Amino acid sequence: MTDTLTPVLTANWGAERSWTRESYEEHGGYQALRTALTMAPDDIIATVKDSGLRGRGGAGFPTGMKWSFIPQVNPKPKYLVVNADESEPGTCKDIPLMMASPHTLVEGVIISSFAIRANKAFIYIRGEVLHVIRRVQAAVAEAYAAGHLGKDIHGSGYDLDVVVHAGAGAYICGEETALLEGLEGRRGQPRLRPPFPAVAGLYASPTVINNVESIASVPSIIANGASWFAGMGTEKSNGFGIFSLSGHVTNPGQFEAPLGITLRQLIDLAGGMRHGRELKFWTPGGSSTPLLTAEHLDTPLDFEAMGEAGTMLGTRAIQIFDETTSVVRCVLRWTEFYKHESCGKCTPCREGTWWLVQTLAAFERGEGRVEDIDLLVDQCDNILGRSFCALGDGATSPITSAVKYFRDEFEAGTHTPASELFPPAASTAWAAPTVGASA
Amino acid sequence: MTATNDKAPEKTDLVTLTVDGVEVSVPAGTLVIRAAEQVGVQIPRFCDHPLLDPVGACRQCLVDVPDAGNGRGFPKPQASCTLPVAPGMVVNTQATSEVADKAQQGVMEFLLVNHPLDCPVCDKGGECPLQNQAMSNGRGESRFATSGTGGVKRTFPKPINLSPQVLLDRERCIVCQRCTRFADEIAGDPFIALVERGAQQQIGIAEDAPFLSYFSGNTIQICPVGALTSESYRFRSRPFDLVSTPSVAEHDACGSAIRVDHRRGKVMRRLAGDDAEVNEEWITDKDRFAFTYATQDDRLTYPQVREDGELRPASWPEAFAVAARGLADAGPSAVLTGGRLTAEDAYAYAKLARVSLGTNNVDFRARPLSAEETDFLAAHVALTDPWSGGVSYADLESARTVVLAGLEPEDEAGAIFLRLRKASRQGPLRVLALAPYRTRGLAKVGGTLVPTVPGEEPAALAALVGSTAGSDDQKVDKDTVVLLGERLATVPGALSAAADLAARTGCRLAWVPRRAGDRGAVDAGCLPTLLPGGRPVADAGARVDVATAWGVGSLPETPGRDADAIVAALAAGELGGLVVAGVDPDDTADPAAFRAALDAASFVVATDLRSTEVTRAADVVLPVAAAVEKAGTFLTWEGRPRPFDAVLATPTALPDLRVVAGLAEELAALGHGRPLGFRTVAEVRTEMAELGPWDGERPALTPVAPAGGAAEAGSLALSTWRQMIDGGSMQDGDKHLAATARPALARVSPATLAGLGDVSGGVTLTGDRGSLTMPVEAVEGMVDGTVWVPANSTGSGVLAGLASPGSRVTVKGADQ
Repeated sequence: MTDTLTPVLTANWGAERSWTRESYEEHGGYQALRTALTMAPDDIIATVKDSGLRGRGGAGFPTGMKWSFIPQVNPKPKYLVVNADESEPGTCKDIPLMMASPHTLVEGVIISSFAIRANKAFIYIRGEVLHVIRRVQAAVAEAYAAGHLGKDIHGSGYDLDVVVHAGAGAYICGEETALLEGLEGRRGQPRLRPPFPAVAGLYASPTVINNVESIASVPSIIANGASWFAGMGTEKSNGFGIFSLSGHVTNPGQFEAPLGITLRQLIDLAGGMRHGRELKFWTPGGSSTPLLTAEHLDTPLDFEAMGEAGTMLGTRAIQIFDETTSVVRCVLRWTEFYKHESCGKCTPCREGTWWLVQTLAAFERGEGRVEDIDLLVDQCDNILGRSFCALGDGATSPITSAVKYFRDEFEAGTHTPASELFPPAASTAWAAPTVGASA
Repeated sequence: MTATNDKAPEKTDLVTLTVDGVEVSVPAGTLVIRAAEQVGVQIPRFCDHPLLDPVGACRQCLVDVPDAGNGRGFPKPQASCTLPVAPGMVVNTQATSEVADKAQQGVMEFLLVNHPLDCPVCDKGGECPLQNQAMSNGRGESRFATSGTGGVKRTFPKPINLSPQVLLDRERCIVCQRCTRFADEIAGDPFIALVERGAQQQIGIAEDAPFLSYFSGNTIQICPVGALTSESYRFRSRPFDLVSTPSVAEHDACGSAIRVDHRRGKVMRRLAGDDAEVNEEWITDKDRFAFTYATQDDRLTYPQVREDGELRPASWPEAFAVAARGLADAGPSAVLTGGRLTAEDAYAYAKLARVSLGTNNVDFRARPLSAEETDFLAAHVALTDPWSGGVSYADLESARTVVLAGLEPEDEAGAIFLRLRKASRQGPLRVLALAPYRTRGLAKVGGTLVPTVPGEEPAALAALVGSTAGSDDQKVDKDTVVLLGERLATVPGALSAAADLAARTGCRLAWVPRRAGDRGAVDAGCLPTLLPGGRPVADAGARVDVATAWGVGSLPETPGRDADAIVAALAAGELGGLVVAGVDPDDTADPAAFRAALDAASFVVATDLRSTEVTRAADVVLPVAAAVEKAGTFLTWEGRPRPFDAVLATPTALPDLRVVAGLAEELAALGHGRPLGFRTVAEVRTEMAELGPWDGERPALTPVAPAGGAAEAGSLALSTWRQMIDGGSMQDGDKHLAATARPALARVSPATLAGLGDVSGGVTLTGDRGSLTMPVEAVEGMVDGTVWVPANSTGSGVLAGLASPGSRVTVKGADQ
């Protein structure tokens, strides 16, 4: 099954000291930069457009199109901002990438900045991952030393400075306009749109904000061509992506594969379900994407098929839960996360998550009321699409989908605590394999 | 249909959309929430405020938009407070859309999840947007209380002080950000900000911005819940027990619209009125909280006459008779009216002087003044108003440049400051201030300092003429407004230089006095050279005009003495009688001389609100009504009449004009003049209207040359003005307001400070009238050789206790 994988971003992760410039360049690194500097910026944008690369941060907006929105007649400086505030529960792709091969990102930053004609780029890294911040800082320093950054890069006349910025520990700053607020030194809360960042973003200047993986994919597109990239994946979801598998599989980790791969294939790659247990439910793209069940094992993991299944591809953060897991408890933990991370700006998210946690907690204790199941769904209906940004929407996804697929567990939560229905110890890595489990 | 020729294109800016099935056309850029108001639909809202930038935080105003104007609808309900209209847009509000109605009910339910049930004791209960909209757009029963095992609310300790005056109850707060946005956008004093997140998000005191705001009370008023309350009003009353009366603020020349709320004859609170042309919806904290001065223990409630050297109570008829006899016997007399009178009251005094006392010795200026100013007022200020080309608030917004000379709007004219700040946020307005340093207020209007040593304003104004040669944005031209503070009277040549600047560049001038009654007193004739309606005393035609209207044979021909000359003449025995209305000696140019004049006068009739040094020295004391107890009119600095009715019906409190009429009637009985012909405000207004303004030639200003003068070595020029919250007696009685005053500090340039040696114990300033000691701070960019001190924040104030107007002081470390 190994030929299912398409290691591009992850190709050099196993190399000796893969995070150094030396190692990166030994594997062909920074060649794409030299190619790009000989191209017209608009041609780079066209290449990225033609490749069909869609944003890897969750929303899947075409990257090349986003770049083309930057008004080049605007006399203000243009900025590239890399969203490396990876905080979505279950998502673990950008941080390993920056850890293992920060130069892939740096090279992508330079090419992308050159394409949109930005002379300053920012990498906004989640503040809690200090080791990653240090690694990216070191990579940027190495790139300066090698002349990949700074004034007149490789004699092209193009100048670029990169600033590595540490976040301050707020999930909301993964929302692009809240990120910009944070970058400007303000309170991290989403901004009113319009104006959109492409018109008035960082310091009210035209700004492109891209996910780490999107930017890191750019050098390979330049090196191998748009059609190479477009040749992978499905019709409308081109290329490859890093799928991060976590939870009840034998070998959790990052699997780089073309979009459109199925969960069944991925679980096989990960060595099957842990202890040979059964798949109960899973998230395709982090906790903000409605969860799915075993019936979706063969649904292609691309933007379109996931949408048809009533969920989203999101960040391809696949969390896998077996039959020992209480969906009520799991959803409550996620909801507690959203309550904790709600920025407080808008009413539905701020007050709604406060209330959702209380309603859900009663089910976990076995003290829920039957009518609270519909109340939960109605609370979610009053949050979804009513909140200021997508954080509130995301907070409702696990709940409504959990009620949809596992209503009986909520009904059980009206009389029996989740800890009795699903003893937590059974879900742990050291729990004995279930007798008679199907493989 | 006469005005369609030049402004016709306005129509093309209209956008037509459909709200709840009703077509409506509104100007482009209008937000849907306000377009809906045009068809009579009130969409519930909290964070939305028409004078604040949209934020879309509360989500209460969600509406369904099936067609955004491009044939496609929004899949989700939209916040109507952030959505501009588009041609062809279709909007369905809660009135016609179940989706919108449910969305609004859902948000309301969420808002109440963590809101305490304080309504029975909350100040806001009864006028609370949350309460009202919970009734109109919420469900009757709480699902939160019964959900799960019973909802648990988030709690906070009850109120914390945001300032000595403003309290915050965080439990009640729905974090709509109106207060923080007001502080940040309107006042420019971001002393509060959001802190924490999620349900713990709350309004916090900005760590690095100490509370320094003259406008903080507005946050209480725009708070849509009872989260912000004032120390002064908290728990004092319920809104439904209050009687509300629109009125006009009496603390400065801005004429801000206010609303006075009273209960059983007692004013409980004041709120900002809504007047888009004047103060919009904002007032200063002084306008809001300083009203208890009228109910202090020293309020005069009955007339008094002096007998055997002591004042004793008297009936009104007796007091009038004694006063009239005393004045009749005192020989030549004069009238000093102070600057707090309504236009009608000022008119009564002006008429009393001319008709009953036979003199033009009348002056409203209880402060340093000059003959140059008297001329300037007659030539450039009297009778100006926004409808005859005078500068208005709107002009401050549309002007390309506003020059401030002798005026610090944040301290001296709050509504002007807010308007300048609004303009500077919206457009390319340039503010230039001729001042010794860049004040906090100037920084907040994005202004530029034209560093000017006090006394050198004439040269600085003259230099602006030269700048027409400069680049376009340096130009002082017809798009420039120059605001001249009353303090310029103490600078010889300054007003002449301003008039010259206007003549040369076409810029427009406006005079901004400090007190509410000053501008009205100019037009009412409380000046030695002007009769009512701006008529020059020196003009025979003008005198005949007035004499005819008043039914008297003639009026005194010689121009009278100004306030300073009246004081001097009383001391010299040239004048005997004095009618004095609400003058504080410490406000005058020479307090000691004023006191001496009071002693020297053979007969003094004092009209006042409260017992003062002047009433205690008077021979007859006639109590008068406070602004809240009478009708009247203030003229704003623009010349805009701001009429108001009595708020409280207090039969025992007579307005000045009634008291003056009574006095005149007794004087007439003694053969001096004739009765004034009015006893009520309505009668005075009729008479003033019948007299009308002067349509003859304006007197010209005789230019005065700037004083040349060499600076004495070792001394500093003195710059001073009154801070908004200070020792003024009309702020008496509200200790919470007083506690928000800015500290009294002396300010010097860093270089000047370095020359002072050890100033750890503050500095001592010594002038020709005494010494003041206070802490000192250095201000970057301040002109050298100058010291600034607040004029009335310490002791008896600068004029009484430090230095005469325009004089210099020596400064040294207090411990040296």
